[in-house]
Amino acid sequence: MAEYKAEPLKCWNKAKELRLKYYKDYQDAHKNGGLRWTGGAWSFDAIPAGLGRDVYNITGEPYGASLAFDRKLSIECLEAAEAKGWARDLCAYMRNYWGSMYLGKFAFGGEYPEPDFCFQDHICCSHGKWYQHVAEYKKVPYFCIDVSVGPYEDLDEDRLMFVVNQMHESIEWLEKVTGRKYQDELLIEAVKNECRSTSVWAEICALNTHRPAPLDEKTMYSLYVHGTLAKHNKEIADFYEELRDEVKHRVENHIAAVPHEQCRLMSDTQPPWGFLKVFRYLESFGAVSIGSLYTFGLIGNWEWKEDGSWGPRTTPMQKGEKIETRDQALRILADWNLSKPEWQHFYDPNLKTKMMLQIVKQWQLDGVMLHLNRGCEGLSCGIMENRLGIAKAGVPVMTFEGNMGDEREFDEGRVMARIDSFMETLGVKAPMA
Amino acid sequence: MITSGIDIGAKFVKVLILKDDEVLCRVQERTGFDPSAAAKRAFAAALSQTGLKEEDIESVYATGAGRKKAPHVHDSITDVGAAAKGIAYLQPSVRTVIDVGGEEGRAVKVSAAGKVEDFAINEQCAAGAGSFTEAIARALEVPLEEFGRLSLQSSATIPMNAQCAVFAESEVVSLVHAKTPKADIARAVHDAIASRIISMVRRVGINNDVALIGGVAFNPGFVDALSRGMETEVVVVEHPDYVGALGAALAARERSK
Repeated sequence: MAEYKAEPLKCWNKAKELRLKYYKDYQDAHKNGGLRWTGGAWSFDAIPAGLGRDVYNITGEPYGASLAFDRKLSIECLEAAEAKGWARDLCAYMRNYWGSMYLGKFAFGGEYPEPDFCFQDHICCSHGKWYQHVAEYKKVPYFCIDVSVGPYEDLDEDRLMFVVNQMHESIEWLEKVTGRKYQDELLIEAVKNECRSTSVWAEICALNTHRPAPLDEKTMYSLYVHGTLAKHNKEIADFYEELRDEVKHRVENHIAAVPHEQCRLMSDTQPPWGFLKVFRYLESFGAVSIGSLYTFGLIGNWEWKEDGSWGPRTTPMQKGEKIETRDQALRILADWNLSKPEWQHFYDPNLKTKMMLQIVKQWQLDGVMLHLNRGCEGLSCGIMENRLGIAKAGVPVMTFEGNMGDEREFDEGRVMARIDSFMETLGVKAPMA
Repeated sequence: MITSGIDIGAKFVKVLILKDDEVLCRVQERTGFDPSAAAKRAFAAALSQTGLKEEDIESVYATGAGRKKAPHVHDSITDVGAAAKGIAYLQPSVRTVIDVGGEEGRAVKVSAAGKVEDFAINEQCAAGAGSFTEAIARALEVPLEEFGRLSLQSSATIPMNAQCAVFAESEVVSLVHAKTPKADIARAVHDAIASRIISMVRRVGINNDVALIGGVAFNPGFVDALSRGMETEVVVVEHPDYVGALGAALAARERSK
C-alpha cells in the first residue's frame, strides 16, 4: 500500500480565525452602530451588503451545524423547540436555531444576538417559514424572494426577470426598513466577490480529482463553511484564493489528506455533525471521502465544459462582462445563483444523479455513501432516486440513516457496522476492534 | 483443516465448527447482556461436543452484530459477507439472499463466486425484523413457534396500514377487538412484514434463486408471505440460522489456505 506524505494545512488557523471573526462581527455589530440581519446560507447576501460596510449577517444552516456539533447545547436547543410544540421531523438546523433563539443562548458565548431584519429566498420549503417565524417571534421585518423558476437548463428571460424584479423590490424594502441609502457600488463589489469565492471554491474541489486527494471531506467541511457564511465577502473570496494556491501546492507535492489512500468515496447531504468521526473511521480503511455534490455544490458554482467535463463556473469578470449598474449586478446575481448545483434536484432528481455520476467518473471514485438525512428534507429529497441511478450505473453505493443536527436519530454502532460491510464489498479489509 | 465461525447476533450466538466439508457441530446460546461471555460459553460447548481443543482449530472468524466482542478469534467478516459466503457454499444458484434476524433484516445481491455485489439493510425501524413477529405473537397470545403455522390456515387478505411496528401492534389489537380470527391476523402480520422486507430487497433487485436465512426462516408463515409477495419461490436451506456462522468458518478457511 502506498504511503503518501501528509501535513496539516498551513491556512487552517486562518480559516478558524475568519469563522470566529464572522460570528464576533455579527455579535458586536450594534456596539459599533452597525446592522445585523439573518437568513440562510443560500440567501442573496450580496444585496444587503449594499447597505454599508457595517452590515453583518448570520446564516442559519452553519449556525445550526455549530449548535449540532456542541451535542449538549444542541439537545437543550432541540428540546426548547419541542417544548414550543414543533415536530421532531422538521429541519434539524431550524430547530437548533429556533431553540437557541428561544433560550437566548448564542453558540459562541453570550446572549443570542437579535437580528434587525430577516432576508431570505425560498428554494427549500423550510427556509421561507424558518425566517418568517424568527421575524414574527423577534418582531423584526422580513423579506423573502421566491426563486422557484425551474431548473437552470430551462431558464429564460421571463424566469430570470421574475427573480430580478423581486431583487429590485427587496432593495427598496431594505432602504425603507433600515432608513439607509442603498449604495450600488457596494452591491457590485459584493456580486463580484460572490462569483469569485464560489467559483474558486469549485476550483479547490476540482483539485481533489488528483490522487492522492489533497483534501478529505471532513477537512473540507471546515473550509466550505466560509462560503456558507458570507460568500459575498472580500475576505472570504481572498481566503479561498489563498487556500486554492495551497491545495495546488499539495497536489504538486503529492501531499495527501489520507496518507495510505487506497479507496476513494463520496458522500451526500450534510453529515451528522455530532459524529464526524465517521470520516476518521473511513480513514482507518485507507478510504478518503473526496467530497460530495453537497460540499462541492452547496456554495461552489460549476458548469458543464465543452469537453463534457464538469468544472468551476467561469465568472462574469473572467468573461470580461461589465457590471456597472444595479440591474446588471442583480441579473448576474440571479443567474449565478439559479445555476447552483444543489438547487437543481428540487426540480428533478435526475439532474442531481447526472452530476453525481460525473463526480464518480471525474474524481475516479470506488463507491458512494448516501446519508439519508432525516434532518433535511430539502437535500434528502429524491435521494433514493439518486441511489437507484448510481446503482444502475454499476457504482457501489450504500446508504445510512441519520440526522445532521439531531443526534438522537443517529445510531453510531449500526452505521459503523454498515461501513464495515461496504468496505468489505469494496474489497477493503476491515480493521479488528 | 478445522475452522470455526462464531456468529454473535442480537438474540443468539451461533458457533459452527467445520472440518473440510463436514460440519462437526452447531451450538447456540442466548446472547444476553454479555455477548463476549455468551460466545465463550458457546465456543467451549462446541469444543466439548466435538472433543476438540482450541489449538486444534486452525482459524476462527467472527461475524454478526457483536463480532467485535468475540473472544479467541483471528479475524472477522461482516454479516453481509458471511451470508454471501455461506449461501454460495450451500446453494450456489442463489443470487439474492435475504437475512432476517431478531434485530435486522438485510438483502444481499450475490455473484456466482459468492461475492457481495450490493446490499441493503433495514433502516432504524423494527417493522421488518424478527422482533416484530415476536411482539405480535405475544399480543395474540400465540406461542412464536405456532404463529407462522397459524397464518397458513388463512387465505384472507387484510391489509395493515401501519408502517411502524408499534402502530401495527395497535392495529392488531383493533382487529382482535373486531373478533377477526387469529389465523387471519397472523397472515396479515406476516404479509405486512414481508412487504417491508420485499421493498428493501427490491433495492438490490430480486434475482433468482432467492434464499431466506436467519431465525425467521423457521417461520413458514413468513416464508409463504415472502414467496407470494415476490412471486417467486423462496429457498430455505437446512439450518438457516447457521448460514452466517458457516460463512465465517469458510472465511477462516480461506485465510488459512
